[in-house]
Amino acid sequence: MEQNILEIRHLSKSFGSHEVLRDIDFSVSKGDVTSIIGASGSGKSTLLRCVNLLETPTSGDILYHGEDIRTLKGGAPAYRTHVGMVFQSFNLFSNMSVLKNCMVGQIKVLHKKKDEAHAEAMKYLEKVGMAPYINAKPHQLSGGQKQRVAIARALAMNPEVLLFDEPTSALDPEMVGEVLAVMRTLAREGTTMLVVTHEMAFARDVSNRVVYMNDGVILEQGSPDDLFNHPAHQETKDFLSRFRSA
Amino acid sequence: MENFAKLWQDILKLWARNHTQYLTGALSTIELAVAATFIGCLIGLVCGILQTIPYRKDDPLPKRVVLGIVRAVIRIYVEVFRGTPMILQAVFIFYALPYFSNNALRFGSVNVAAYFVVSINTGAYMAETVRGGILSIDPGQTEGAMAIGMNHVKTMTNVILPQTIKNIIPQIGNNLIINIKDTSVMFIIGYTELFAVHKGVVGATYLYFPSAVVEMAMYLCMTVICSVLLRAWEKKLAGPANFDIATTDTLAHTSGMTTYVEKKEDD
Ligand SMILES: Nc1ncnc2c1ncn2[C@@H]1O[C@H](COP(=O)(O)OP(=O)(O)OP(=O)(O)O)[C@@H](O)[C@H]1O
Ligand SMILES: [Mg+2]
Repeated sequence: MEQNILEIRHLSKSFGSHEVLRDIDFSVSKGDVTSIIGASGSGKSTLLRCVNLLETPTSGDILYHGEDIRTLKGGAPAYRTHVGMVFQSFNLFSNMSVLKNCMVGQIKVLHKKKDEAHAEAMKYLEKVGMAPYINAKPHQLSGGQKQRVAIARALAMNPEVLLFDEPTSALDPEMVGEVLAVMRTLAREGTTMLVVTHEMAFARDVSNRVVYMNDGVILEQGSPDDLFNHPAHQETKDFLSRFRSA
Repeated sequence: MENFAKLWQDILKLWARNHTQYLTGALSTIELAVAATFIGCLIGLVCGILQTIPYRKDDPLPKRVVLGIVRAVIRIYVEVFRGTPMILQAVFIFYALPYFSNNALRFGSVNVAAYFVVSINTGAYMAETVRGGILSIDPGQTEGAMAIGMNHVKTMTNVILPQTIKNIIPQIGNNLIINIKDTSVMFIIGYTELFAVHKGVVGATYLYFPSAVVEMAMYLCMTVICSVLLRAWEKKLAGPANFDIATTDTLAHTSGMTTYVEKKEDD
């Protein structure tokens, strides 16, 4: 039986009286590349933020290797070192150089030696093609470059799962490609990823599972072929056709 | 023209007679202002950090109670010391000790009292500056730090505070300059800084206006120098405008510093 890294069970989230997520059930197993698609406001970001405990779920459980993440040793910070996150708005530390961005977590959180952290950071910066820019500050980079550094920063923590929240939607069209290329490479190498995206081509061609969210619930999930070619629900068909015509 | 010549003569006379007093007065002023600004910044930093510790409805009750009390105490401190004249605070604190202890306790020296009052006063302003500075940092910075497993303390020390301090340097500068000028009220408890020297000198020479000119010039010198130094510090913290393209090929280093251009060719 394949080992689930993450299991989300009956997860619900409300902001005040506004119920944003209802009874979400799904799991992430090793090597999965899962795309979460759905209309704006359907709760995709909220779901991802709950998985990373940036939001506290109102009810339901999230299990990490079968253990409830609320009772894990080391609490939320320790859990987050296993579940990395890449944000739409990059969120690089603006007081640090590119290199420092990729080292600080390893040194301060994982307590690695400086030269070890340096080597690790360089490895991932090379992978995303940002090694020449190690001395730059984030504000000196283009959006695509920032996002690639953000990916390297997350990878440098050596997480088991990487969460992406619309990593390309803040980018100019000509920079989307460079970030998606990096994500494709990661997928090919077997990195476990959970990706909220509006890039239907990525969802269809790169991921092996697609989750369609509608109004706070998972309406359907399955292989890209199931979802894109044989959607079971009218809402899914409508959503996909809006993308095709666009 | 004649008056200006006379003024110049008077100034020279004053300087010849009292330059040691003026210079030691200026030194006392600058020492008090710099030390009190520094201590005030530390007080402000501590208050600002304590006030912005996040707590939520689902946190344990003791934590919420303690943080609530801390916030209330700091709030009262800020309102009291921002909301009353420093000259009165000096009198109040200087005489409160002996009054309540029937003269058993008093400040060891006026210096200690002066440093104490100006520091506490600056701290009240800096507390608000730091609090505002922390709150103005993009929440994305905190989320980025949390997402790589940093707890609140690590997030603050590595990410939020370095950015906050950089942003509030102009305010620190403001406070230093205000302190250089406003420490003059400390004559009320007998602290001899630059303004107290003026009072002493004119009492003996009656050269009110020439001494005021000397004092104005000296105050202005001190504030302008501080302002220039602070700008330099600010610039240093901002870092270089350009960055080096790092290459593993040492020969390629001959290209030297590369000026940043908006978009670079990517792989
Ligand atoms: N902090 C919050 N407080 C109150 N409501 C919130 C908060 N965050 C999100 N919401 C609400 O939750 C709903 C879902 O938001 P969410 O950001 O998860 O949607 P999304 O699917 O990611 O949309 P998009 O594609 O536009 O990013 C929205 O109606 C939003 O207004
Ligand atoms: Mg979103």
